[in-house]
Amino acid sequence: MSRRKTERLLGLVVCLLSSERYLTAAQIRDAVPGYPDSFDAFKRMFERDKEELRELGIPLETGANSAVEEEAGYRIPRQAYVLPEIRLEPDEAAVLALAARVWRQAELAGAAAGALLKLRAAGIDAEETMQPGIEPRLRAGEAAFGRLWEAVRDRRPVAFDYRAAGRSEAQRRHLEPWGVVNRHGRWYVAGHDSGREAVRVFRLSRVEGPVEFSGPAGSVTVPEGADVRETVRQWDAHPPPQRSAVLRVRRGAGHGIRRYASSEQPDSGGWDLVQAPFSDVGWFAEHIASFGTDVIALEPADLREAVMTQLKGALA
Amino acid sequence: MSSPKAPSRRPPRPGHSTDRLQRLLALVPYVISRKVVGLAETATTFGISERELVDDLNLLWCVELRAPDPYCPIDLSYEGGEIVVSQAESMDRPLRLGVDEASALLVGLRMLAEVAHAAAEPGPADRSALSRTIAKLEAAAGEAAAPSAQVTIQVDQVAERAVLATVTDALGHGRRLHLSYYVPGRDEATERDVDPMRLLVVEGRTYLEGWCRRAEAVRLFRLDRVLGIDVLEVAAEVPADAKPVDVDQGLFRPSAGDLHVVIDLSVYGRWVAEYYPCENVTELGDGRLRVTLRTPDGGWVRRLALRLGENGRIVEPVDLAAAVRRDAAAALAQYSEVPDRGQPVAEG
Repeated sequence: MSRRKTERLLGLVVCLLSSERYLTAAQIRDAVPGYPDSFDAFKRMFERDKEELRELGIPLETGANSAVEEEAGYRIPRQAYVLPEIRLEPDEAAVLALAARVWRQAELAGAAAGALLKLRAAGIDAEETMQPGIEPRLRAGEAAFGRLWEAVRDRRPVAFDYRAAGRSEAQRRHLEPWGVVNRHGRWYVAGHDSGREAVRVFRLSRVEGPVEFSGPAGSVTVPEGADVRETVRQWDAHPPPQRSAVLRVRRGAGHGIRRYASSEQPDSGGWDLVQAPFSDVGWFAEHIASFGTDVIALEPADLREAVMTQLKGALA
Repeated sequence: MSSPKAPSRRPPRPGHSTDRLQRLLALVPYVISRKVVGLAETATTFGISERELVDDLNLLWCVELRAPDPYCPIDLSYEGGEIVVSQAESMDRPLRLGVDEASALLVGLRMLAEVAHAAAEPGPADRSALSRTIAKLEAAAGEAAAPSAQVTIQVDQVAERAVLATVTDALGHGRRLHLSYYVPGRDEATERDVDPMRLLVVEGRTYLEGWCRRAEAVRLFRLDRVLGIDVLEVAAEVPADAKPVDVDQGLFRPSAGDLHVVIDLSVYGRWVAEYYPCENVTELGDGRLRVTLRTPDGGWVRRLALRLGENGRIVEPVDLAAAVRRDAAAALAQYSEVPDRGQPVAEG
């Protein structure tokens, strides 16, 4: 932004903030330096300036000072503009600085820094002088995060192409988003899928191409009691192990299997017999195959078959 | 200007032309709330050079309103390197927090609270300070605080709570730890003494960063891979030159000696691109992918290929692809040696 424009916008803010009365466009043009003489050119520039101030979160009000005044005016009510008084103890300021660091490499980094700046401007010393015992970070997430956060924030429905696990083609999905969740480092969005007429969870990394708004702000209603975090947890949860496998595990190896074993006993020839619980044959067969010659599935038969198929696949 | 004291400043965002206006609106109350403040200190806080700051101050001083009577609403001076604002009218307080700003801090605080909640007292970040700060920030943000409830960050599983509690205890008391630690790449359970330095919570996983006395180097240990942990009756001794990991550069960076691995994935193997940092990802059509990974650990790649089976094919290096086929053939051969017991295990 040019220096002249910055000066003009700053003057506009000070002018509207200082006045208790609504000021008409003409009064504003007279008071704030930097506007062109032609009224039409002024009006166009003033419209853009108002938009910029609103984008910064500055509460620009339109109204009239009395019922008889015909022309609407503008003002920035101080009450709505200022950050309310906030005082933080040193330990509170320290955790606040730490919280801002969470986003340092992620989408809301600018917002976190901006918030910290305003709080410092309110007199809070949120300095990062201490050596914290903990460093929390969110990674710069998937490209879809920014748009989906805006949609959730503004309660707008969205549409996007989504490639579900194991699908070769992406499908168009229409969603009323209720919330975004980061679970174990991965981002999800949950809400009402209006095409499927059901609650659905989507992984942001599987969204392809841009997320588009498909309705106006405020048109999504999050049902009372909707627990997005729990919805995602259930979607992501593994079923509890219901079956038990008997495995032959080479002594001194297969620690990744032994960690979850229910029993271990020595077998002949440098091997151990290990019992391990599992739920999904496919997943467990892949896991066993990854140990190569160190783990042999003995029982049940379908698991044994699945491991052999898996190994044949790696051989082909 | 780069300064180590201003790490949290806004990253450069070309095209965001209102940044300077935001800064100017914060600058006046920043000085007023401190009565008098140094140029250098202020420039550092705002992430700008002293020259830029002086330019900002001049701009503020020059603001003029012409009607009804001409006057200058802001009066300030910065003689001798000290800034004083003697008149600022309506600009004496910062602008309220926007929804994104309030959300960024509140979500961060709640994430910290979740980690603190998982660990027993004394936690890695003071639990009571966190809840007090959250309450004060929610009050100050007002309506802007509400949408932050729509973002949740969930960290790790409950199963690691005991490990996390032990680690924070050792960190708090400056004690050495003995770890029994699982290394999946080599399928090894290792024993080592570690002098704890920090807890890292990155991508939802919790790591202990410490000086590993076996490796004589700084190492990261994922808490969900800790098989056993004991606090030793020995004070931790982290060497003065032990360099903490720069979290913002990524926890695992490829090094010159790394293997360069190219794998073709079927539609059922695409998860690899989601789980591991890939240097290159190319769509091959029909949902198939070609990914390039860098890793120091050939053993890890062999395990990955065996896990993928027909859903992944190592393209490069060719000797690793041959090794996987040998592994698979040898493992398969064991199935003809050990007869099928034929008796299904009862479910339940």
